[in-house]
Amino acid sequence: MSEKKELEVSAIENGTVIDHLPAEVTFKVVEVLGLYTYSGAITIGSNLSSKTLGHKGIIKVSDKYFTDEEIGRLAVIAPNATLNIIKDYKIVEKKYVKLPKLIRNVVKCSNPKCITNHQPVATKMEVFNEQTMSLKCVYCERVMQRGEIELL
Amino acid sequence: MHFVLKKKLSLNPEKPKQSMGNNFISVTDLTKQDILDVLNDAAYFEQHPNSNLLQGKVVATLFFEPSTRTRLSFETASNRLGARVIGFSDPNSSSTSKGETLKDTIKMVSNYADVIVMRHYLEGAARYASEVTDVPIINAGDGANQHPSQTMLDLYSIWKTQGTLDNIDITMVGDLKYGRTVHSLVQALSFFNPRFHFIAPDLLRMPHGYRDFCKTHNLYYDEQETFDESVINSTDILYMTRIQRERFSDLREYEQVKNIYCLRKSMLDGAKDNLRILHPLPRVNEIAYDVDESDKAYYFQQAQNGLYCREAIICRMLGIKVG
Repeated sequence: MSEKKELEVSAIENGTVIDHLPAEVTFKVVEVLGLYTYSGAITIGSNLSSKTLGHKGIIKVSDKYFTDEEIGRLAVIAPNATLNIIKDYKIVEKKYVKLPKLIRNVVKCSNPKCITNHQPVATKMEVFNEQTMSLKCVYCERVMQRGEIELL
Repeated sequence: MHFVLKKKLSLNPEKPKQSMGNNFISVTDLTKQDILDVLNDAAYFEQHPNSNLLQGKVVATLFFEPSTRTRLSFETASNRLGARVIGFSDPNSSSTSKGETLKDTIKMVSNYADVIVMRHYLEGAARYASEVTDVPIINAGDGANQHPSQTMLDLYSIWKTQGTLDNIDITMVGDLKYGRTVHSLVQALSFFNPRFHFIAPDLLRMPHGYRDFCKTHNLYYDEQETFDESVINSTDILYMTRIQRERFSDLREYEQVKNIYCLRKSMLDGAKDNLRILHPLPRVNEIAYDVDESDKAYYFQQAQNGLYCREAIICRMLGIKVG
């Protein structure tokens, strides 16, 4: 079984396989990482069965390696995702996503009176509590709980 | 009631690094030492309110939201130190009414002024302004978020009337949900081991985040809805606040609570000698007029202390040493 899985994620020659995505955010990840405009090959799987998640999403992106900043953006919506770095059909590195200290222009501030909701100002969020995934707006200082987090 | 502060506030044993830089945006940016430095400078200005320390400097006061009291206080502070003041008190008379963004206004004013004092109705506006200019920004209020110079004058008033900031028993009454002054004061006093009593109707209870803040900083607090002599008689500072009609989206809720608390002079009969009553003003009906005659009423002097604190803040932002 594990060999089969390995083959499944190694099916691109070079690039990145983003695994262990909650199924419901698969397409959001495509959006957050700006993959709509990527010109290389992308394979998207959603609602695949998973022992740990029940259903999961997986995205294989050929010839692309994500920056730490991009991985940070991914962490906001899929904090348990893994990135398999593929070279010559083999996994050469496994990365776990980690929330960056500052999240720029990914999350919408939930405060209707925040300046970021009225003027052309990119949002900036600090991680307020990593365990509960609450974020704090750098500008208006509003703390948002995980359930309130809405992506831009 | 006027007395001279002889003892300087100081930190022991070692002075930590200052953090506020050249902007004064939020109480959350301040270290204990920052606070003590501003208060010590304010004490100097109380003794020497007029000087030419700011001669040749231009202070811009940009009030995107009207606020007579705060604007006059900052402008008086600037004038008394010899600065020239430019700015606007009504956004309708500025380019904002033509659709100019805050960024563009700040960039433009930065060409003229040495320091910018700004009030804005949008929360986070002052922080953003500080990112688009190298000119120091002083936040004179951003929506319901921060109003740090008010916090400094509150602290100064506590220090002046109690002789210390340490171990103060403080009772906050009224709108503890929307009142930014009480929120900032809780944060700023956290350095000084206070005891808090929060008195508010359930609708206007101190928000969860600030109660959590007290817990994580090991600060004592209790909460109740009843406001009577039992709490007044044991406290050092009574911090009254107005129930703010403008913060309610449902005016029926406002009607339920608008007259819930009223402090009367007779309620002060058993109070401690050192008790003083503070209020950020304006008041409506939460403090009866007969309280004004009590020597425990301190809210008008409190407002006056704002002048000294703002003189101190402007000088610090410009790197001007006082005393």
